[in-house]
Amino acid sequence: MSDTPAITVNRLSKQFDNVEVLRDINLTVNKGEVVSILGSSGSGKSTLLRCMNWLEQPDRGTIHIGEERIGIDDQTQQPMSNKQLARIRERVGMVFQSFNLWPHLTVRQNVTEALLHVKKMSKEEANQIATTQLEKVGMLEKQHVYPITLSGGQKQRVAIARSLAMSPEVMLFDEPTSALDPERVGEVLAVMKQLSQEGYTMVVVTHEMEFARAVSDQVVFLEKGKLIEQAPPEEFFTNPKSERVKQFLQTVRQ
Amino acid sequence: MNEWMTIWDARDAFFGGFLNTLKLFGISALLGLLLGALLLYLLEGPSNRARQGLGLFIDAMRTIPFLILAYLLYYGLPQGGVRLSADVAGLIALTLYHGAYFCEIFRSQRRVMPKGLIEAAQAHGFRHHLVFLRIILPNVVMTSLPLIGNQLIICLKDTAFLCIITVKEVTAAANGVQATYFIPMKAFLVAIMLYWIISLLIEYAIRWLGRLGKQRGFSHV
Repeated sequence: MSDTPAITVNRLSKQFDNVEVLRDINLTVNKGEVVSILGSSGSGKSTLLRCMNWLEQPDRGTIHIGEERIGIDDQTQQPMSNKQLARIRERVGMVFQSFNLWPHLTVRQNVTEALLHVKKMSKEEANQIATTQLEKVGMLEKQHVYPITLSGGQKQRVAIARSLAMSPEVMLFDEPTSALDPERVGEVLAVMKQLSQEGYTMVVVTHEMEFARAVSDQVVFLEKGKLIEQAPPEEFFTNPKSERVKQFLQTVRQ
Repeated sequence: MNEWMTIWDARDAFFGGFLNTLKLFGISALLGLLLGALLLYLLEGPSNRARQGLGLFIDAMRTIPFLILAYLLYYGLPQGGVRLSADVAGLIALTLYHGAYFCEIFRSQRRVMPKGLIEAAQAHGFRHHLVFLRIILPNVVMTSLPLIGNQLIICLKDTAFLCIITVKEVTAAANGVQATYFIPMKAFLVAIMLYWIISLLIEYAIRWLGRLGKQRGFSHV
């Protein structure tokens, strides 16, 4: 059982207004692996990530979280009930480019909110987890302030703690550092690096090449909705097979 | 006899009217806000037909003059065999009418609410009703505060119409006193003062809530 991949994407396709944003994507994310998804903007990488917890609905293909298919009920072939979908989403953490902390709640409340109301934990239990996770991302000192008072990097670290608190089987990161000031990028990447060392399964859409190279187990490259290259980072960055990736890496390095 | 003395002698009528106005306003404001929130929730739902029905109701409330709605409930319903006391008819009229407006206020703020806040909740396993209760509603209410304050004051003033369907509230009390002693100026001045007091309380409450909002970064005073 333990060798079931964390996420299995099979022949995934999606269109937006007749534009194919994902074409026949196959991808396996094994447990404990970090997979980075690279590609220029508009290549479909965020859409692919957002399909993995059904924030976007693909037109064709399947996605399994562990052994369970997300979005479509296998027996009826109908969209899942809201309840079923919510239950699977609990197992998948997500960190957004724009943080999306809930502004009406304090830092600590942001972390405990889903524990209390989705996982129905007791206050003590939820608070204990919040303390642990906020400490891990170095945000315990700010636990009682509202998100508005935080810098982007701090917000993102809280958002990571909020996701980790749910003890997800896999964490999805959607360009987690793209909205940050350059000097704030490091603190978020450091947290993510630490998570990878602790064995978290992560799928990261990113433009941070160094990070992808240092932390990933696999690098995936998307171009116009197609997965055109998939390789371990050393191979991807030193000896890419496709011309498009060579070109991309050259542009990025300049 | 001094006209102010006459007013003073009628203080029980004014005081009774004031309490009744306060009660009518308080209950209908509370129920109206709840109705507004409920309508917003239903409008988020998946059923097109329900949405259309609700849209029709809201449009009706926005089109009908409040006084006619009160007339309909108090004088019209008995024709169908439903007889309501003046106070109950008034309460229902206020609640339905302002509930529809509260819903419109919430809806406008719901539209501009960042989608990401909801996606974050969904991604954390919140189901529909929880996303609404825990994330959408608090944010929508926080951003709606100035508009809610306005609508509450309109709701307060609409209670005055209810004297026409024999509800004993402030305006009815003032009208009774002025008709009996023919001192309209002073009687209505007192009524205005009483409405003003409640308005000040509303403004104070909204400002207090607004401070909580400001602390959380909702951009209004």
